[in-house]
Amino acid sequence: MHKTPLDALHRRLGARMVEFAGYEMPLQYQGIIAEHLACRSGAALFDVSHMGQVEIADAAGLERLVPGDMTGLRPGRQRYTLLLNAAGGIIDDLMVANLGTHFQAVLNAGRKDVDVAHMRANGLGVVTHFERALLAVQGPQAVAVVPEAAGLKFMDAAGLDIAGIACVVTRSGYTGEDGFEIGCAGAAGEALAEALLARGAVPAGLGARDSLRLEAGLCLYGNDIGETTNPVAAQLGFALSKKRLAAGDFIGAAAVTAAPAGGVPRKLVGIRLDGRAPARAHAPIHVGGQQVGEVTSGCFAPSLNAPVALGYVRADCAAPGTALDLIVRDKPLPGFVTPLPFIPHNYVR
Amino acid sequence: MSQIFYSKDHEWVALGADGLATIGITDHAQNALGDIVFVELPEPGRNVATGEACAVVESVKAASDVYAPLAGTVAEVNQAIVEEPALVNSGAEAEGWFMKLRLADVAALSGLMDRAGYDEFLATLA
Repeated sequence: MHKTPLDALHRRLGARMVEFAGYEMPLQYQGIIAEHLACRSGAALFDVSHMGQVEIADAAGLERLVPGDMTGLRPGRQRYTLLLNAAGGIIDDLMVANLGTHFQAVLNAGRKDVDVAHMRANGLGVVTHFERALLAVQGPQAVAVVPEAAGLKFMDAAGLDIAGIACVVTRSGYTGEDGFEIGCAGAAGEALAEALLARGAVPAGLGARDSLRLEAGLCLYGNDIGETTNPVAAQLGFALSKKRLAAGDFIGAAAVTAAPAGGVPRKLVGIRLDGRAPARAHAPIHVGGQQVGEVTSGCFAPSLNAPVALGYVRADCAAPGTALDLIVRDKPLPGFVTPLPFIPHNYVR
Repeated sequence: MSQIFYSKDHEWVALGADGLATIGITDHAQNALGDIVFVELPEPGRNVATGEACAVVESVKAASDVYAPLAGTVAEVNQAIVEEPALVNSGAEAEGWFMKLRLADVAALSGLMDRAGYDEFLATLA
């Protein structure tokens, strides 16, 4: 089991640790709801060092593996993109930043080894920095915690000193709030975290990270998207560059826009439940007594004080307002399709 | 003050003067579950067997069954925790009780642990 560079700090802060993607990670400190609400109203600090930071020199080479415009990504800018397989399925979703001297990609913890093998098998040089720390400061007060990065706008990226520590900072995150993701040398991670906590950030664990991203309508790799997911079905069409689709010069280009195999297209939708009982991943979704889909993520949403879910449904059942039943413990829980995100994003553009 | 008994599934049982056994989850259990956001309780009148799943608690992240520590008939349920599930966090072994059972066999209580026994059991889990 791997530990992040902040492991000792988590234990000092009284975190409840759980295994996630081969890492011992903090699930919660004071409690998921309190940490979730702290992020929505103030600033929360997450250790996301389990994610894989890698360095890529060859933007054109990277472009052969993703549907996004990488050669057109200006220095100091970041973009969300997808590693696709030949069938148009999603190997991983990732953030790529142009740092001027090189590109940086941040990979999902559970996928980083698969991603790097895929990149290398396709002739892309990649230098891994899995030993580095990665911290996320998220919330409306994030800029007060990281004033050094106040000059960045949403999806900007820069090398900056934070609390005297050399960092790579992006204005982005996984909560729907304003905020920063800050990478630094592993050995400096604890000092950086201590400085950010001293400036008022509240430590938050993976539990709150999950409920925050779900309210923000953001997909979780392994739950909501995977190797057989078509990006269009997952409502990730914005990550498919028109220019790149027209050129058709990336792995999966033909498949990604082809009609879905087997006929009936599915779409990822947001679902609000009428009652208070949450529906979890794999709960069947019914319309008129017939199964039309399945929940892929579900939790009680602390900011809404109500349960929410993401799931795939038959495309004809995906219109906002469509009444659905989610089957939990053999009973139908009524709900309805609702536009995503569940709560508005709060990015500083 | 009646004696309180504990199960290895982290439920507590208190036998009242009225012959009804009040059942809830232990403070250890509520702490392990985290913030409780939903509770589902059985219908009064339902007969439950020892070890039968008879209630559900949901935290933000996960659902957990609550098992009947003893067999009996549900006589009463605590509607307050349905309306305010956080009561289970703040008072698991008091106002956050789940249900009252008319026990099929009061003598079966002797198969459960006393507080000292439960504390020893918890120590083996640490």
